[in-house]
Amino acid sequence: MGELRLMKGNEVLAEAAIRCGCDGYFGYPITPQSEVMETLMLRQPWNETGMVVLQAESEVASINMVYGAAGSGKKSMTSSSSPGISLMAEGISYIAGAELPCLIVNVQRGGPGLGTIQPSQADYFQAVKGGGHGDYKLIVLAPASVQEMNDFVDLGFELAFKYRNPAMILTDGALGQMMEKVELADFKPRWTDEEINEKWGDWATTGKPSSRKKNVINSLEMDSDIMEANNRRFQEKYKQMEKEETRYELFQCDDADFIIIAYGSSSRVCQKSVEIARAKGLKVGLLRPITLFPFPNKIIAELARKAKGFLSVEMSAGQMVEDIKLAVYESGRNTRVNHFGRTGGIIPTPSEVVDALEDKFSWELSYGVKRSY
Amino acid sequence: MTEEMIIAGFGGQGVLSMGKILAYSGIMEDKEVTWFPSYGPEMRGGTANVTVIISDTRISSPILHEFDTAIILNQQSMDKFEKSVKPGGTLLYDPNGVLTPPSRNDINIYKVEGTKTAIEMGNPKVFNMIVFGSYLKIRPILSLDNVEKGLQKSLPERYHKLIPLNLEAIKKGQEIVETVQEV
Amino acid sequence: MELKDLIKPENLVYDKTSILEDEPMHYCPGCSHGVVHKILAELIGEMGIQEKTIGVAPVGCAVFAYRYLNIDWQEAAHGRAPAVATGIVRLKPDNFVFTYQGDGDLASIGTAEIMHACNRGENILVIFINNGIYGMTGGQMAPTTLEGMVTSTTPTGRNIDLNGYPMKITDLIAQLPGTSYVTRQAVHTAAATLKCKRSLKKAIENVLDKKGTSFVEVVSTCNSGWKMTPVGANQWMEDNMIPYYPLGDLKDSVKGEHKSEN
Repeated sequence: MGELRLMKGNEVLAEAAIRCGCDGYFGYPITPQSEVMETLMLRQPWNETGMVVLQAESEVASINMVYGAAGSGKKSMTSSSSPGISLMAEGISYIAGAELPCLIVNVQRGGPGLGTIQPSQADYFQAVKGGGHGDYKLIVLAPASVQEMNDFVDLGFELAFKYRNPAMILTDGALGQMMEKVELADFKPRWTDEEINEKWGDWATTGKPSSRKKNVINSLEMDSDIMEANNRRFQEKYKQMEKEETRYELFQCDDADFIIIAYGSSSRVCQKSVEIARAKGLKVGLLRPITLFPFPNKIIAELARKAKGFLSVEMSAGQMVEDIKLAVYESGRNTRVNHFGRTGGIIPTPSEVVDALEDKFSWELSYGVKRSY
Repeated sequence: MTEEMIIAGFGGQGVLSMGKILAYSGIMEDKEVTWFPSYGPEMRGGTANVTVIISDTRISSPILHEFDTAIILNQQSMDKFEKSVKPGGTLLYDPNGVLTPPSRNDINIYKVEGTKTAIEMGNPKVFNMIVFGSYLKIRPILSLDNVEKGLQKSLPERYHKLIPLNLEAIKKGQEIVETVQEV
Repeated sequence: MELKDLIKPENLVYDKTSILEDEPMHYCPGCSHGVVHKILAELIGEMGIQEKTIGVAPVGCAVFAYRYLNIDWQEAAHGRAPAVATGIVRLKPDNFVFTYQGDGDLASIGTAEIMHACNRGENILVIFINNGIYGMTGGQMAPTTLEGMVTSTTPTGRNIDLNGYPMKITDLIAQLPGTSYVTRQAVHTAAATLKCKRSLKKAIENVLDKKGTSFVEVVSTCNSGWKMTPVGANQWMEDNMIPYYPLGDLKDSVKGEHKSEN
């Protein structure tokens, strides 16, 4: 068993980065995630593992530093919160276009604009639909505990390098600021230059030896036929992710009439809602997507056969609910999908969610059957 | 066993660190724990509160609207959280800084003269440990051994010499807590 | 005499460096980019640093620079090359990393990135091509466009009240303690080109010696954008650009020293 500690989500992101052999972190302060870089600077990993930590002049610069480092086959990452991620959108699009593996963490706060520093999940669209320009996807992981904040750093890098694609940990201020018991991973050594040459020598800019052609990290292509072929290749990659990387967790869904779908900190609130609802005699279950892209369409389609309704619970005005509706639509079922959310940095309470469920599905609850549209 | 609690008072009263020591002590006792603070500008002098959950099983929501126990250290927090204690639950408060004492009759109410005693002990900083001691007396969910281990884990090495003083304050708190009402 | 009798090593008077690819350049005839590419490629070959060199290409006319030099390259977003180079060199401190940027890229959209990379003293070479115009997008005003100069977005000439002043960004860069060697050169004559090559060599040596940021501005022509003949553009540059952007070293020290020539 690894070392047990009580840590904040933000602190754990830093510790996990050091332990998983990350080569470089580039960031810019923004609440509520500043503890990530602060923890790294205090830990001074350059003395321990050789990991580099640099405070950039802006989020624009930090994401481009990640681009440069990732282009050299190094494990590099950045973290920010919503407004900072908007600034990074350009760089993330270039990283996706140049097919570079890296890890981006968004500890979300409420928006739009400067918004609030309190937690939110209103950057769902930005994370799962691309966010910057062009057709691209990020691998999006949504931790629901401090332990998963730890585990998904290593997992994020693993998936990023497997697919040569940026991965994002989409979390929020609640998980960033919250402390829980966490079992830390053992230290993994950073890749040596030889290992990088061996693993990624066919694309990484390591300096051109006579033994290979030059490597060029690039997203530009003036020939439309080639550019379309590139896009097709990206889409194939995203399909493969859908096939192989979809992750989710089910709570008490076997006999459930109603299924709450929630991720991250909302899913924690909703676990309690399930307990409250069950105590009232309502058969309620919870589906927690762990990957937001790829989205767990298949299990939703399967659950739609039996369930009388889905309730998407998000700290947003309703974003993931659209993907749930698409999944139900593609399943050919007519199960009703509703949304309940709080915005502005407010986290819904467990009983509020149960009230919303009873209210929005009052028809189904009174007649005991599925209501068709 | 699941204990869902809130500790609320002014920033600087040691609310967050009391919660942290509590949570670390819980880990030492092999429990699951969460520590969820209010954060932001409130950290700098305004009201501060932290929700701590200690449980034998996996913890669902770290965010709660009602609590088994509330430790209340100023009037604003009394106004906000007295009503959030579950019927049959526990409220512990320090009368210093609370002008309107709790009025509910369906909960257990205890008080501790923490501020006064801390000054008498010659170190206002041990205030939160006195209150913590009172809490442990009325809700004995953690052993003192594990609390000591929790202190060791949550305090930086350079403060370890203060652990005996903190333990003394905890014991003092256990002695001086007064029962106002038990249901 | 047959041609094959002439092609012998002893008759060789000029050899194209193998660092320069056999790829036709997209630059307009008369443009300074080709010359700068050539002397840079020659230096990488002569100094034997191909294996440790990583170039960062800009957005602008030199966006395809990666096609022409046989080294590893990264293509950066507009203005972001110094940040990309920072990411590379911080994690690969023993490599030789350079950026190649134009005036729109470096002195307009990328001002924050160049200032802060130079201020941190990133151990990189920055090559700054200043031709006072956006060539790639069709001849719009650049931050370095001279007062009164006609471009497609200043059709009646750059107006100071409307557009502000031509920016001497290299002078600003020279003020930053992170830079070690800051110079302004040109490649419009053979003599100027040789001098520019010597400056570039010194700049590369400084980076190899880890002395901090070296910054080489090359005052350049854009005869297409300026709507002139190549010869006319060279003359116009001498008469108008160089008086405002005088050639020579602005700073020659090591990182952290404030000593400044000029």
